[in-house]
Amino acid sequence: MMMTTGTAEPRGQALAINNLSLEFPTFSGAVKALDNVSINVAKAEVVGIVGESGCGKSVTTMAATGLLPKGRYHITGGNVRLFGHSTLSMDDSQLQDLRGKVVSTIFQEPMNALNPTIRIGRQLTDVIMRHEEIGLVEARRVARDILADMLIGEPERVMNLYPFELSGGMRQRVLIAMAFSCNPGLIIADEPTTALDVTVQAVILRLIQNRARRTGTAVVFISHNVAVVSQLCDRLYVMYAGRIVEHGATRSVLETPQHPYTQALLRCLPERVAPKQDLEAIPGAVPNLLQPPAGCYFQPRCKEAVEQCRSRSPQLAGEGGQQVACWRRGVAAELPGQGGRQ
Amino acid sequence: MSAITPTDPVATRRSRPFTDRLRYLWYLSRRSPLTLVGVAIILAVLVMIVAAPWLAPYNPDKVSLTSRLLPPSSAHWFGTDEVGRDLFSRVIFGARASCGAAFMIVLISTAVGVLIGCFSGVVGGRVDTAIMRLMDVVLALPALVLAMALAAALGPSLFNSMLAVAIVRIPAYVRLARGQTLSLREQVFVKASRTYGASPFYILRWHILPNATSPIIVQATLDLGGVVLIAAALSFIGLGAQPPTAEWGALVSSGRSYMLDQWWYATFPGLAILITAMGCNLVGDGIRDMLDPRLRGR
Repeated sequence: MMMTTGTAEPRGQALAINNLSLEFPTFSGAVKALDNVSINVAKAEVVGIVGESGCGKSVTTMAATGLLPKGRYHITGGNVRLFGHSTLSMDDSQLQDLRGKVVSTIFQEPMNALNPTIRIGRQLTDVIMRHEEIGLVEARRVARDILADMLIGEPERVMNLYPFELSGGMRQRVLIAMAFSCNPGLIIADEPTTALDVTVQAVILRLIQNRARRTGTAVVFISHNVAVVSQLCDRLYVMYAGRIVEHGATRSVLETPQHPYTQALLRCLPERVAPKQDLEAIPGAVPNLLQPPAGCYFQPRCKEAVEQCRSRSPQLAGEGGQQVACWRRGVAAELPGQGGRQ
Repeated sequence: MSAITPTDPVATRRSRPFTDRLRYLWYLSRRSPLTLVGVAIILAVLVMIVAAPWLAPYNPDKVSLTSRLLPPSSAHWFGTDEVGRDLFSRVIFGARASCGAAFMIVLISTAVGVLIGCFSGVVGGRVDTAIMRLMDVVLALPALVLAMALAAALGPSLFNSMLAVAIVRIPAYVRLARGQTLSLREQVFVKASRTYGASPFYILRWHILPNATSPIIVQATLDLGGVVLIAAALSFIGLGAQPPTAEWGALVSSGRSYMLDQWWYATFPGLAILITAMGCNLVGDGIRDMLDPRLRGR
């Protein structure tokens, strides 16, 4: 796979989110859900966004595809380019034409993401015929081919079934097929395997990866599971409380994590703990974004925080493709990944 | 790589043959005999509506002054009225006006109510608030009072009273459909559909309506019984079908004055109303149990 470095890629961007800031006005004040988030995805690139629940992973992509409820949020800065389209300024019908054709989403709840009253085949062909100028017979053929591509045996039979007749893994395949059905340039996979059995997860991820590779589709993986992301992604973004705290090539982020949050996140992986040892947890909770802490958002939970961290928020900086937003950047790198703590 | 197939043996047919569906219905209803009774009643009423001219032994409007107020006998099963018309024939023909009116009322209020409710739920915001407050106003109107007002304004007729009852029934369906729309709108498959480019109309037509039908069907069948009663009540107080027409409520009304000496006059049309309303309610309960297994047996 192509490795991309730097931010501004002239060679064809799939998705470019530049300094996007977003607020949700609520009764008790504005929730600053996103703060200066920049994410770049080149064509045919696989990018992962990791972070805890509620750190803004999904909100970022939903804002980029115009899926947030109208009038319930304020963009306070930045812009989004999706294959050259400025999605923030498009109206509903333009966005509808874009969704499914240019960008598609795979959801984390395959059990509920299909309409229980319509047969599988009909749901697939409806999406295809929505975007392509083809008839029903042709659309059914396309649907059958893509289901077969998702390793569904007897696609013809599956198309005549209702969703409740399929298992969770099968439904997720159908949904992936649906997402790929109009050959979009970008797929957003929002925790596609979270609700699935571990035995099926790997198969599903492989399906997405293979299809994306073959069709040159860019993929954004959203996950809180670093293990999943590490297998598939070229580059990683680590988000915390609506900010990007670290990004870079997957290998360098995972092997030499810089930000204390990334390091803590990696230490929390159950796979890294020997049997009968206590699992690690990051003390404290994600800050309340109604009243975010001064300075670095991670500072209240950070063991390395110094005075500077409490007064000013750090900006992303760094060389060699790996960038980190931390005042004590470099210090962390000298510590070994495990131990040396407690 | 080998293809992975589901191992569910049920999932092997395209669609059940019709006889299978009938058998399944039979299986479901056998578990609740009362539903079967209700179905039998409704079927009987339907037959009466369709085949009235062949079922009725006499012309319901034929006056025969020599045989007035005869008690039930083998010639006149339900007896005769004050001008000698055969009551059995009049009850059979009365099904047309009574039940026809009830069906129309339910049909109109369901159609209009669901339309308004779905629209209100999808649009939301101020339009939604305005519609729902308007519905609250309509809900506050008593059906009979509105019917009287309409009768006073437009003259008493079955159609006007039907209109009045239908209008008063609409809010129940609006609320039901709106509630369904609001909860379905947040379903993952609706959101997923939006990410594939579905328009609001598509979502309404294919995602919300089909998934909202079962509570609406239950509500409509349960309503049917009540509406039969109301339609009869309107005719009883003289706002509905007018005298020469055979209609159950009107029959009870004119039989009222002969109550003490000619008991059969008011009794048989009254029983027809009672049995039909009960049949509708039994079927409604049965359908609710079939569509919502969680409530079964309660």
